[in-house]
Amino acid sequence: MLEKETNPTISKSTGLPRKRFYRARAHSNPLSDSHFPIPVSPSHVDYSVHYPIFFASDGQVNCSKKIQFADVGCGFGGLLISLSTLFPETLMIGMELRDKVTEYVKERISALRVTNPGQYENVSVVRTNSMKYIPNYFEKGQLTKMFFLFPDPHFKEKNHRRRVISPQLLDEYAYVLGVGGIIYTITDVEELGDWMKSCLENHPMFEPVTEEQLEADPVVKLLSSATEEGQKVARNGGQTFQAVFRRIVPTS
Amino acid sequence: MDNQIEERENNRDIEVTPALIAVHPDQSFVSVAVGSDLRVYDLLGDCAVSLLDASGSPSHKDSIRAIRYGANGKLFVSAGDDKVVKIWSADTWRCISSVCSEKRVSAVAIRNDGRHVCFADKFGVVWVADLPELDESEAVVDKKAAPLLAHYCSIITSLEFSPDGQFVISADRDFKIRVTVFPKKPLEGAHEIQSFCLGHTEFVSCLDFVCTVNYPQGFLVSGSGDSTVRLWDITSGSLLDTCEVGAKAGHLESDGSDEGYSTVTDLCVILDSTLVAVAIQSLQGIVVVSCNLPAQSLSVAKVVSIAGENFIPTSLGSSSSSGSLWMVTGASNLPGFDYPSPSRVKVISGFKKSSPEPVEHEPNVMEDDDIPGGMKLLEKLQGSASIEEKVFLAAAEAVKTAMRNLLIKKQYPVEKREFRKRTRNDKKIKQ
Ligand SMILES: C[S@@+](CC[C@H](N)C(=O)[O-])C[C@H]1O[C@@H](n2cnc3c(N)ncnc32)[C@H](O)[C@@H]1O
Repeated sequence: MLEKETNPTISKSTGLPRKRFYRARAHSNPLSDSHFPIPVSPSHVDYSVHYPIFFASDGQVNCSKKIQFADVGCGFGGLLISLSTLFPETLMIGMELRDKVTEYVKERISALRVTNPGQYENVSVVRTNSMKYIPNYFEKGQLTKMFFLFPDPHFKEKNHRRRVISPQLLDEYAYVLGVGGIIYTITDVEELGDWMKSCLENHPMFEPVTEEQLEADPVVKLLSSATEEGQKVARNGGQTFQAVFRRIVPTS
Repeated sequence: MDNQIEERENNRDIEVTPALIAVHPDQSFVSVAVGSDLRVYDLLGDCAVSLLDASGSPSHKDSIRAIRYGANGKLFVSAGDDKVVKIWSADTWRCISSVCSEKRVSAVAIRNDGRHVCFADKFGVVWVADLPELDESEAVVDKKAAPLLAHYCSIITSLEFSPDGQFVISADRDFKIRVTVFPKKPLEGAHEIQSFCLGHTEFVSCLDFVCTVNYPQGFLVSGSGDSTVRLWDITSGSLLDTCEVGAKAGHLESDGSDEGYSTVTDLCVILDSTLVAVAIQSLQGIVVVSCNLPAQSLSVAKVVSIAGENFIPTSLGSSSSSGSLWMVTGASNLPGFDYPSPSRVKVISGFKKSSPEPVEHEPNVMEDDDIPGGMKLLEKLQGSASIEEKVFLAAAEAVKTAMRNLLIKKQYPVEKREFRKRTRNDKKIKQ
């Protein structure tokens, strides 16, 4: 009887979901067709599902908040969890392609909401292909921060078009980011680091954030420490390469 | 999607191509493309046009997927599976320039100033090339195109410039319409997205602008596999109205099992009017949708049926001067028939300019002898004066299947999906 009630995928000691039950194939092909629901437009995103405390489903609570941070390819969600308490009033979402990983993050957030009442209500996750459906989730200029932490490297030249940072996809990120919004990227793969940096440098709607501003930004420290991938790299003493850029009005 | 594209590349000998039609803005010429065959008829001179192409004949070595005239009537473009965009003088009918594409071409558009041509390839990239000055030189200029923008791995189904040339609009099979600011230096790419027009729930198949004296900036109309026509404000991306044309065309009773049942295949604004002719995949005729621009709304004005001829248009065209609608049906590579590439041209006349009450002026389907150019034109554009009717039903059916295969997302059953996963080769990419 008791055994039946214990969920083996939830750790008894922490009450949090155990990662090993949510392992999935290491890499997904972002080009393959989708089998998950896609909101027709940003106004179709059901905020009451993601942030029930802020948006009661009966429509009683009239909240005009919109998602402002997006963690693209959020993996197991470590960054979101750290950001949640740092910016408790800001709505944020992780976008993840692998369904088991997405399920893990969902479980992780609901467990944290249970064990810490009133907290973690501002974070959520969706299973989606960010390379295709960003405009379905966010309106023009809606976001203030976008994160791309340790994205899949796709080494082969022929697979470069699968990279989450590319000159063409930056057009879409520039569209959903408001002027002044910041895009954060980090990787332990030098070649990918160079690629992301040069894509951003060559884009007319982004400029690098200065060293002083990086120093002053509490989020920058999280880039290499908050996510599962970042921690793995740190444990192995790996080097990281970051590029942080601001969305600007194009000059012309 | 990668795999699907590759699969299609391998199976493409069985792919049929719908017949296309384009009408010169002054109705001086009418062009029809069936497969690799490009046919032009000169209505002013009342004779068939011979194309002058230094690269030899035929001008295209594979199926043509897009043809259109520039707004000022000086240029004509044709492009498709042979990866060459040909730019013709719509006066001498000499090919004045050809632009090579890396991939097969799915859509083209000419900017109203006649100085830029855009085309989309099968991988979702839109390219731009400068156009030569018409009186430049006698030699054929081979132009290089530069990438302008991209829809991430989607098929771009339609391209359009806004009437003022400020925006380029691209529609794809992922239900999306993107409005991009056309930059001062297009060869450096178009990075500023003005809006996304989101609302369709199936692939977007066609775009056009409704433009009047009072609304020179125009409004965008789009047709889709979701059997609707929608009206948009491109500056904000707002959906202004949705018109269920499938239902109005008498397909309401569809049991929903056949997704392609009332797909909008093409639409065409009857120029200088607020009427939109809409071709629907299983309708023998067209639906006329009327736009009320002050109210920003759409409504079905009329269904014009074409009795007894199995005529389901695959493409529509119109010119500003005439108030008539040109239609073609047909397909290339039709298996099992004596005519591998049959086509049939018809004209509906009597659309009154800017009339708010189109019903009073009954548009009527013209008899073959009465259409401009008459039998001589039909002989040229159809390739033959008469073809058995049953061929066209087969053509319509084949086009429907081809369109569905290309644009509707496959929902694989779970086992098949697992099998595809296990057998695909991108797994081996080493980290
Ligand atoms: C190497 S992991 C890094 C995860 C996390 N950011 C971290 O630092 O721990 C990259 C993640 O991006 C996800 N991903 C790859 N392509 C994606 C796409 N197109 N849309 C959403 N997620 C994607 C992968 O499934 C994977 O979980």
